[in-house]
Amino acid sequence: MKKNIFYLIILLFFTFIFTVFYIGLDKPNFYKPKEVKNKILEEFTSTDLFSNKEYNSYDIIENNKFTLINIWSSWCVPCRSEHLVLMDLSEKTNLNIVGLNYKDKKNNAIKFLNELGNPFSIILTDPDGIISISLGAYGVPETFLLNNKLKVIKKYIGPLTNENILEIIKIIK
Amino acid sequence: MIKLIKFILLILFLILSFQKLLVANNNSLLVDKISKNVRCLICQGQSVYDSQSDFALSMKMLIKNKLEEGKSEKQIYDYLKNQYGEWIVYEPGFNKKNLVLWIFPLILFIFGGLLIYRKVFIN
Amino acid sequence: MISSYIGYYSLLLGFVISISLLVYSIYCFKKNNQNINQNIFSFLFLQVFTVVISFISLVYSFVISDFSNATVYNNSHSSKPIFYKITGTWGNHEGSLLLWLLVLTLFIFLFIIFSKKQPTKYRFLSIFFQQIIISGFFLFLLSTSNPFNFLFPVPNEGLGLNPILQDPALAIHPPILYLGYVGSSIIFSASLASLVQNNINREWAIHIKKWIQAAWFFLTIGILLGSIWAYYELGWGGFWFWDPVENVSLMPWLCLTALLHTVLVLEKRNLLKSWTLILSIATFTFSMIGTFLVRSGILNSVHTFANDPERGIFILLFLFSLIILSIILFFIYQIKENDSQKNFFLISKETSILINNWFMMYFLSVVLIGTTYPIFLEVIANEKISIGPPFFNKLLIPFLALFLIFMAVGSKLSWIKDSYKKIKYSRIVLFFICMCISFYLINKTSSEILFISILGGAGLYLLFVTTSEFLNKKYNFSQTISHFGFSLFILSILFNSLFSNEFSANMKIGQELIYEKEQIKFLKIKTFDKENYKSVVANFEITDEKNNTILLYPEIRIYNHPNILTSEADIISTVFFDKFIVINLLKGEEIFNVRYQTKPFMIWIWISVCLISIGGVLSLFKKN
Repeated sequence: MKKNIFYLIILLFFTFIFTVFYIGLDKPNFYKPKEVKNKILEEFTSTDLFSNKEYNSYDIIENNKFTLINIWSSWCVPCRSEHLVLMDLSEKTNLNIVGLNYKDKKNNAIKFLNELGNPFSIILTDPDGIISISLGAYGVPETFLLNNKLKVIKKYIGPLTNENILEIIKIIK
Repeated sequence: MIKLIKFILLILFLILSFQKLLVANNNSLLVDKISKNVRCLICQGQSVYDSQSDFALSMKMLIKNKLEEGKSEKQIYDYLKNQYGEWIVYEPGFNKKNLVLWIFPLILFIFGGLLIYRKVFIN
Repeated sequence: MISSYIGYYSLLLGFVISISLLVYSIYCFKKNNQNINQNIFSFLFLQVFTVVISFISLVYSFVISDFSNATVYNNSHSSKPIFYKITGTWGNHEGSLLLWLLVLTLFIFLFIIFSKKQPTKYRFLSIFFQQIIISGFFLFLLSTSNPFNFLFPVPNEGLGLNPILQDPALAIHPPILYLGYVGSSIIFSASLASLVQNNINREWAIHIKKWIQAAWFFLTIGILLGSIWAYYELGWGGFWFWDPVENVSLMPWLCLTALLHTVLVLEKRNLLKSWTLILSIATFTFSMIGTFLVRSGILNSVHTFANDPERGIFILLFLFSLIILSIILFFIYQIKENDSQKNFFLISKETSILINNWFMMYFLSVVLIGTTYPIFLEVIANEKISIGPPFFNKLLIPFLALFLIFMAVGSKLSWIKDSYKKIKYSRIVLFFICMCISFYLINKTSSEILFISILGGAGLYLLFVTTSEFLNKKYNFSQTISHFGFSLFILSILFNSLFSNEFSANMKIGQELIYEKEQIKFLKIKTFDKENYKSVVANFEITDEKNNTILLYPEIRIYNHPNILTSEADIISTVFFDKFIVINLLKGEEIFNVRYQTKPFMIWIWISVCLISIGGVLSLFKKN
């Protein structure tokens, strides 16, 4: 009798393993960092693209109920189509849109803006990519919707779509 | 016996004469050590040390800055885990959900030891 | 075109043969035939033949760049050098499965040839169980991974083979590895047959030992080749990263090594029958688990084949069918052990082998849990973690030190019972000398002194013990050389990792930098056009303080199909150290990131594994 129970346990054990592996097959194996709800970002300082003046994060967001920080580069291909969506957003609302120019050359960034327009109230630079990491980003483009206390309301990885824009407009109302 | 002593002396002689070779590299920067322990989010099979992606290069600079600020190795890992999740570091933390991971092999070892004890000492 | 037809129908024929053999072998078994008749023999041969034909057809399709074949299209390009067109056949999922079938069918055929002295019913059953595996793989191949799928309209050009795979070591690594990895299938089948026939005894142990040794040899060399390739090709100067695919080849190896020792106990004393059987079944089970883990897409790794959950489900079901089958057979055919009297005395070779198995199973559990835990955590708790070198090092190193000491003591004990009075004082003194030497050397580094020093001391002790066996000429040669090799292996890895030097900097052409008493000069860049890539070779001159110079030529290759950049390290290997240099292009600038490493005793890591495997192959040819 004891032997039978032993074998039954072994059988159940392997069934458990089988089930876990079976379910595991459907899980994606590329890692995407989980979105932490209501995360508060640490403050950062950065220089303006045009004036080279240094700004603190609070200076930029303090007076606005919401701020949208968009991480972009002139060499990033999806940023081009995203830029048109941002232009659209800047026209439809008076949301404070801040650009963070990621690992870029000033001339190329300015050329990009001349070509596609400038929806940003201010453009900060992140030449080494460190500020993006402090925000919790790891690629470009990424966009953060913050309140005036640097709390993350929504984070978008990848270029913004029209649905994202509608969502943003709804939130800031 | 004599032969073995001769052999040991030979080995000792070799070791002492090639001591120069055995210069330990303490200069291996802490930055390198930490970046070997951190995963790259863009090239997910590589460590930040090996990867040449933008993210990895920025990470190396960030680690360097944090070390210069005086942060310890553990503080940097905790910071990165806070930003990107536990996946980013190659060493799984020793916490509640990883308890099984760290303890289970040891439990199996003890269990195996008991089996052998039974076979050898009892009966 | 026609080669695809030949290949496909050949496979179909092979599948039909396997089903027929499945039925026929059981029929012969039940009918109590006196010996394996010519029919079965011919069928087995024909089966191998069909797979060989199929394999050759696929190779041919690759060589002539027949892009109507989907596998060729996905993995080849007309500009590839012919050597890599051929070896690219098994560098992909479908082709490597064909290699699986080749080894599976070849081994059962060889098994029947070399087992003429074994009981006939046992041989019939071995064929039966092996054919279960073979038909499973035929089905898998034909239904989910057909190497002969047609593409219409026929594309002009293929997608190309990943340049990292275009390397001689990676060309022979799969075939050799599979001879061991897949070869353990015959041990599985033969063991189940032996279980049913209640045949697990000394004679069977002597017979199956040869197959275990052969599979073990190929598996060891196969893993070695993979590591050598990683070292030369991947450009980070490492050879083992505890990557899931690497772990997956290590697990059957640990099982097989334990089995290699356990079968000796079965042979000499007719004990540990159940355990021998469990290990035999487990080895091939781990091969199957490994196949599942790397081909289903469940794990994230640089080495994995193309992900396809459908294939994953098939392998998973197949794997569990084999496990359930083994458990059921185990339950039905209970093994009677000789447990009536006390068989294991504390100081004896049998107990040493038990201890060996104990540690091996611990190492196996660490690797298994470390590799699969992320899957469990993700399914149960929806969290992703990473398990890398720090975990494995922490859990393995302390036990490895103890293991080495047991190896030094245990392998010299006699069978049945030995006496502790035989312990010589000189040995104890030697042990302490080794610990002191180790502490002295390790003290020069800043690492955690305690465990590393004990490991070093234990390694040295084993080294000296096995050397003294050579010097005194009283030994079992194959055992001594393998254990000596293992001590050398641990010591080389230890000193290599402790005393390696690394230098990393961004350099311009013409720049000179000084590092650790060496001057590193970046002389110039030359570009060449090669068969399917553009080669950018950098000339480096390294001068040490005695004005000895070495020239190194790291290379960057810009492939066109597919459009990939690879870095080829230049390595100078000497008996004492390797000099290793690799460069990387920094985006859009004329600056290169240069990594220059000095790695002591690198070549001894490879030599020691060769020594370990030589011991295995020598015992294979020993007359019993």
